[in-house]
Amino acid sequence: MTKVTRRSFVTTVGVASVASAAALRTTPTPAAIGGVPAASGGAAATAKISSGATPVYLFFNADEARFIEAACERFIPADELGPGALLAAVPNYLDKQLGGAWGAGERLYRSGPWASGTATQGYQLPFTPAELFHTSLRAIIHDLDARQTPFHAMSADNQDAYLRSLEAGAHDLDGVPSSVFFDALLQMTVEGFFSDPVYGGNRDMVAWRMIGFPGAYADYFEAVDRHGVKFQREPMSLAEDSKGHILLKDIPAKL
Amino acid sequence: MAQRLQEVDVVVIGVGMVGSMVAKELAAAGYRVVGLERGQTRFTVPEFQSPAMHDELRFAVHKAMMQDNTREPVTFRNQSSQVALPLRRWESFLPGTGLGGSMVHWNGQTWRFQASDFQLATHVRERYGKNLLDADLTIQDWGVTYADLEPHYDRFEYLLGTSGKAGNIKGQIQAGGDPHQSPRSRDYPTPPQKELFQGTLFREAAAGLGCNPFPQPSSNMSQPYTNPEGMKLNTCVFCGFCERFGCEHFAKSTPQTVILPVLLANPNFELRTGCQVQRINLDSTKKHATGVTYVDAVGREFEQPAALIVTSMFALNNVRMLLLSGIGTPYDPNTGQGVVGRNYSYQTVSSVDAFFDDDVVVNPFMASGASGTVINDFAADNFDHSGLGFIGGGYVGAVNSHGRPIQFHPVPPGTANWGKGWKQAVVKHYNHTVKISVHGSSMSQRQNYLDLDPTYRDAWGQPLLRMTFDFPQNDLKMSAYVTAKAVEIGKAMGAKQVAGYPRKGPYTTQQYQSTHNTGGTVMGENPKTSVVNRYLQCWDVPNVFVIGASNYPQNASWNPTGTLGALTYWAIDAIKSKYLKNGGHLVAA
Repeated sequence: MTKVTRRSFVTTVGVASVASAAALRTTPTPAAIGGVPAASGGAAATAKISSGATPVYLFFNADEARFIEAACERFIPADELGPGALLAAVPNYLDKQLGGAWGAGERLYRSGPWASGTATQGYQLPFTPAELFHTSLRAIIHDLDARQTPFHAMSADNQDAYLRSLEAGAHDLDGVPSSVFFDALLQMTVEGFFSDPVYGGNRDMVAWRMIGFPGAYADYFEAVDRHGVKFQREPMSLAEDSKGHILLKDIPAKL
Repeated sequence: MAQRLQEVDVVVIGVGMVGSMVAKELAAAGYRVVGLERGQTRFTVPEFQSPAMHDELRFAVHKAMMQDNTREPVTFRNQSSQVALPLRRWESFLPGTGLGGSMVHWNGQTWRFQASDFQLATHVRERYGKNLLDADLTIQDWGVTYADLEPHYDRFEYLLGTSGKAGNIKGQIQAGGDPHQSPRSRDYPTPPQKELFQGTLFREAAAGLGCNPFPQPSSNMSQPYTNPEGMKLNTCVFCGFCERFGCEHFAKSTPQTVILPVLLANPNFELRTGCQVQRINLDSTKKHATGVTYVDAVGREFEQPAALIVTSMFALNNVRMLLLSGIGTPYDPNTGQGVVGRNYSYQTVSSVDAFFDDDVVVNPFMASGASGTVINDFAADNFDHSGLGFIGGGYVGAVNSHGRPIQFHPVPPGTANWGKGWKQAVVKHYNHTVKISVHGSSMSQRQNYLDLDPTYRDAWGQPLLRMTFDFPQNDLKMSAYVTAKAVEIGKAMGAKQVAGYPRKGPYTTQQYQSTHNTGGTVMGENPKTSVVNRYLQCWDVPNVFVIGASNYPQNASWNPTGTLGALTYWAIDAIKSKYLKNGGHLVAA
């Protein structure tokens, strides 16, 4: 099996996207992933990943999706340890969150007046997450297109350098300090990688397999006694039936 | 125009644990009690059932059980010289809401304070002299003693079924328990939970250094338990979805599992949910409350007259209610006059990451909220502070309540925060890292206080609570000292690499630390420096009792809930045996 380096994987993806946006979103075949870690059963995990499952984007337009896919993959790249953000469907997670209640401002206090405040006072922009992303992405894409270096066509090193400049707050994205956008993007990438697959990311629980997190599984009462013994069990999602749900006795449907 | 309802004997504002306990006792004594809860009903079945409950994104990250910022946040600034801005999302602390309140989704860590905590000002002065304290600190004695509260601590622990091992029973030190604890009349109602692997590593290392490790008192059951109310709890199975989650197993002590069914079965009690209390109404003398005004879920305004009003909300909301109602004199930090909002304090927490080799398998996802192995050797005044330049301390322990990966993926210092290096470090360390917690005291100082914000409002049009807070220098020095001790223990555990993260200023609301917000309606013996007397009765309006961690003059080294349960039973006793019999001020002003 050809060992896939970070650069070659990203470059392949980048070239494909110039030709066809759909090709970009095609799941790479298992052979292209490269070596998999024995400890977390990576080969089995890779085989389980459904190929050809492309997300239907409801929130991101094509330009935005290209940036998001490439950026997420820089945050969590595919490597010899296992899949990265792209194969884990992290862009799909972001798309569904931003297009839903969270993106529209669930749980966000939105009244003014607005002031930038101190770092200790937290987020103070009027934008909902959806507005924050659309505003920031529009500015980024416009800026990079004007320089004729769209993000998805950059080398991996240049992509990293650009992301670091966003992280450092070096860009004003139509009023959004780029560090604010960067922090939101990174936070949601980690969420999309490690949250339950019902939210559209962590496809086939690849992230949980990689670190050995059993997921929504409920009962370790016996296992806690086995100090230092690795807990070996297929991870479980909320979407599965409750075979892992342990009740010591029937609970009648009252208080 | 508010619709005026029939008068009742008692209104309880906030039906969390405190409100449930007060309402249950007074309804059982024959009084007509109305409980007003702004949130919705929820019960173990069906609301807390898995697998839906085991959803880190929804409950831990998006905070589904917490107070909704869109309706009622808090504004915040570090200093009075700054402009307070709204906390548009919660991070540092997470106020709860809904029937059962925050004890639905707490971890279950159930502590008593020590005797010296209740006379902290006197104790420090006597042991260390007058000059030890920073001039800005405003620590005070409570007006009650540990001995006053001991029977009530006992009663609360037996209500909950707390699992633990006593360290001091009637003055006799017990092996395997905490030798520093103040005397208990008897052991815990259930034995300690199983010790996790992290706890064993910690215990052996701490004991080797001469410390006294013991199991953390836990209100996640170690075995099936039936409490004095007849409520049955089950054994905790270490599912690792404790804090921020409801428990589907009936294994966590919550109002739902320990008392609510009894309360709801009493026809003397009426629960009204979806009811946002706007203010306590006062008569023209301003020394007597006539009832409360609230808005229900469909926006109708009601006036509920009552002879006695108990505010039993989360600490911050208790303070805000008094301010919105014009009860007591608001604190003015410029003059130092006034008491409502004064002496706001918090908790000074820090942590240490101990990274082990691959052969040490930790399984961090196997956890209960309160299982842990801890030491109190560096807590409170359990060590000689001479020459150290601070007072207070913290407990230290392997208290690993979860391994949920969005929020738990420790990496060594110097690791990049994204990219291949980050991913590799996460995979390498996830199952081989022990977090050691340091949970420290929080002293009050004159610059830290709560008041009403002049600009921002809640969804009902009322001013938000404004929080002005930064860590006293005293507490940062304490954190540096105790965290360094925790690092030593981490090394003694055999970790390959140990990283200590002492608390640094300024206080940020953008990192979770603790939901132990205390103070603002301080209890005491002097009306000039307290809002309520030793029975938690308002000095200014004697038919209003305020019960919450808002009563704490400063916060001690341990989680506030156990002490709040004790204060609640203490106050209930005073209300039943003194106030409802004779009325009036229970303590001469």
